[in-house]
Amino acid sequence: MVEYVQYIETLIWVLIKIFLILIPLILGVAYLMYAERKVVGYMQCRIGPNRVGIWGLLQPIADVIKLLCKEIIIPSVSSRYLFIIAPVLTIAPALAAWAVIPFSPHLVLANINAGLLYLFAMSSLGVYGILVAGWASNSKYAFLGAMRSAAQTISYEIAMGFAFVGVLMASGSLNLQDIVLRQQGGIWHWFWLPLLPLFLVYWISGVAETNRAPFDVAEGESEIVAGFHVEYSGITFAIFFLAEYANMILVSTIAALLFLGGWLSPFEGIPVLGHLFAWVPGIAWLLLKTCCFLFLYLWMRATFPRYRYDQIMRLGWKILIPVTLVWLTVLGLAIEFHLKPWFG
Amino acid sequence: MLTNYLYILIFLGIGAVFGLLPMALGYLVSPKNPTKEKLSAYECGFPAFEDARMPFDVRYYLVAILFILFDLETAFLFPWAIVLNKIGWYGFLAMGLFVGLLVVGFIYEFRMRALEWQ
Amino acid sequence: MTEIRNYTVNFGPQHPAAHGVLRLVLELDGEVIQKADPHVGLLHRATEKLAESKPYNQSIGYMDRLDYVSMMCNEHAYVLAMEKLLGIKPPIRAQYIRVMYDEITRILNHLLWLGAYGLDLGAMTVFLYTFRERETLVDCYEAVSGSRMHATYYRPGGVYRDLPLQMPKYQESRWHNKNDIAKLNENREGTLLDFIWDFTEDFPQRIAEYETLLTENRIWKQRTVGIGVVSPERALQLGFSGPMLRSSGVAWDLRKKQPYEVYDKLDFDIPIGTNGDCYDRYLVRVEEMRQSNRIIRQCVEWLKANPGSVMLDDHKVTPPSRVNMKNDMESLIHHFKLFTEGFCIPEGEAYSVVEHPKGEFGIYLISDGANKPYRVKIRAAGFPHLAALDEMSRGHMIADVVAILSSQDIVFGEIDR
Repeated sequence: MVEYVQYIETLIWVLIKIFLILIPLILGVAYLMYAERKVVGYMQCRIGPNRVGIWGLLQPIADVIKLLCKEIIIPSVSSRYLFIIAPVLTIAPALAAWAVIPFSPHLVLANINAGLLYLFAMSSLGVYGILVAGWASNSKYAFLGAMRSAAQTISYEIAMGFAFVGVLMASGSLNLQDIVLRQQGGIWHWFWLPLLPLFLVYWISGVAETNRAPFDVAEGESEIVAGFHVEYSGITFAIFFLAEYANMILVSTIAALLFLGGWLSPFEGIPVLGHLFAWVPGIAWLLLKTCCFLFLYLWMRATFPRYRYDQIMRLGWKILIPVTLVWLTVLGLAIEFHLKPWFG
Repeated sequence: MLTNYLYILIFLGIGAVFGLLPMALGYLVSPKNPTKEKLSAYECGFPAFEDARMPFDVRYYLVAILFILFDLETAFLFPWAIVLNKIGWYGFLAMGLFVGLLVVGFIYEFRMRALEWQ
Repeated sequence: MTEIRNYTVNFGPQHPAAHGVLRLVLELDGEVIQKADPHVGLLHRATEKLAESKPYNQSIGYMDRLDYVSMMCNEHAYVLAMEKLLGIKPPIRAQYIRVMYDEITRILNHLLWLGAYGLDLGAMTVFLYTFRERETLVDCYEAVSGSRMHATYYRPGGVYRDLPLQMPKYQESRWHNKNDIAKLNENREGTLLDFIWDFTEDFPQRIAEYETLLTENRIWKQRTVGIGVVSPERALQLGFSGPMLRSSGVAWDLRKKQPYEVYDKLDFDIPIGTNGDCYDRYLVRVEEMRQSNRIIRQCVEWLKANPGSVMLDDHKVTPPSRVNMKNDMESLIHHFKLFTEGFCIPEGEAYSVVEHPKGEFGIYLISDGANKPYRVKIRAAGFPHLAALDEMSRGHMIADVVAILSSQDIVFGEIDR
């Protein structure tokens, strides 16, 4: 009897923790949408949403309510169950990946040793939702979008996987906390410097994996209308949207963790500044770094034209993969020769 | 240690609930008045010529096959990368041989224009 | 084992890149276009027939609605055709005004085209940038005609009224306080000509801004270089005109080859391309905007120095002033006749043509001596371009069809008429 009480107690405790991660995340997604509209708006000489609440701050909430109240249309030719299940398949891995993200030295839900592998797996699972959505819709544009998305995601996953291998070689661990702790010692010890090409490759593949501009051919507004979610309406569409933005935040956070020292202060080891900023909690640094990457997402969206589909594939296969292979070799040699200061 | 994986399982479940719950809510509050036209598949305002599910271009599948090859390679690299510090030159060269073979294959694909789209 | 067939897809009319109401039936092998079959007619309004059922001067407004992004150029061809049959020539000041507004229209058209082109290739910021400048130019439209789009400003015998000496100003509102308004009205203190001059001073930097975003952008170049190539010989055979022809390397511009109005007195260059691909079409149009800017500046200078009449004094064709109309019986009769019955044009036929922003825009007018045209035929510049879409896009991918279609600068108001 006592055992059961204990189990339930743990369970409730875990649920609380999960909600403590998820609720800020969902809010973050909502306000990332708002930030996108504002930031891109200002980049385009306009002011973005400003009518709902002060500075339009309630806009995301209004959007959600609007989408909730829209009719859910399930096309008659579609495969009904797959059609409904597809958004769930997209959102579940996008959220579940957060289970292993360490927010500060002790703030992590599941501190598992295969953390990076798990993240890799979860980011690959997202494509099934898209594939199923495109197929279940039984519409040509959706089908084309799903095909494009699937081929693109798997191509960039290889480059991304190789970038992860580089991080593993440098850190010697799959555990995300260990990877961050391995980067201790100030800004020059973070992995972005010794792994610079891999860092760039990771970021490019991260943008491609989330289907964001300039790699947004899976949605490709002006080509295939909305791609895989062309048949989705109302809240079903909103869930795809939510998943996309949750993935953006995830990719940015992973970039911050793997290459920019996660929660570590950038002023570590600098005489006066290091002391001055010692009071800042680690999670604030992590948030700041994540936001920089998110801003980069928006900036790229406002600046670049869209790649053509085959050009994306060419970039992935012919440029990113060879670059990572070369740098992995260089990295291996550096480790074998114990190149200082990173691999001493 | 394994409890950590249980947490992840629970998290996955909750993730799915986060997808299903809004849909159920949306189903409850949204209007439901479908018409034949509304439920037809989208093809720019005209009835579709044919079913969307028909035999399709093989190039997409070629990419998928290539992907499996390289993803396997990544899977082999993962454990190797972690212990690289411990296995020294022998480990490095052994993996070098393995990756080298794959790179030869990659160059072959490159040369045979398997990576070209058209 | 089912056989592998090509995919047939409707592209448009309900498509973000359909440029209005184009229906394109695409035959796809994978993503590669095997055949692109444009279907036209979804915006057909029978403009030619409508023009035949109305007095001559009442159809000018219909011409605005043909190519609805280069309104005054359409009017220009129609008005020129009437003038040719009537054997009249507007005062020189009116000619300068027409040329100036033709070039403003050209910039308006190219700005919209550039924005839409960027948007179609995924560079959405350019769209917002170009619309910022378009705002200034439609204000110029509004200042002379009261309308921001469908001006009906050109009339047989001149233009409807002289350029205003005052620009309309912004008013204070809930959204703009006094300081904002002062800033917004800064370039509106003088005459319309000052306002346009101010724009031309600023505009080259704006073009440089668009070019920074696009011209040397690697993705932009990858998307446009070598796409939809048309050789100069083929371009001539296909009946191309305007920037489409020039980007293939044929230096053909009606403003130079058979100058109308005062183009022979103005100094400007004709940009031509070398490869005839989407990138060249982009470069040619951007350079054309610079040249138009040059022409506008010359016109403004001349117009500032030479005031005068902008309408012929022949009241059988042009309306008398409203002041005279109130005091003078004959003027009142003229006014009444003109605005009810219109005027009769002597028997004959005429083809008049202008260098429209999209190419050669012509009006073929046959008169049987009545107050309505016996037949009006409109040569739309975009029609032969669209007809070549199939040839241009074969073997390219879906995304390239969008680029090619967009680079042709298609507007359906004109093609479907």
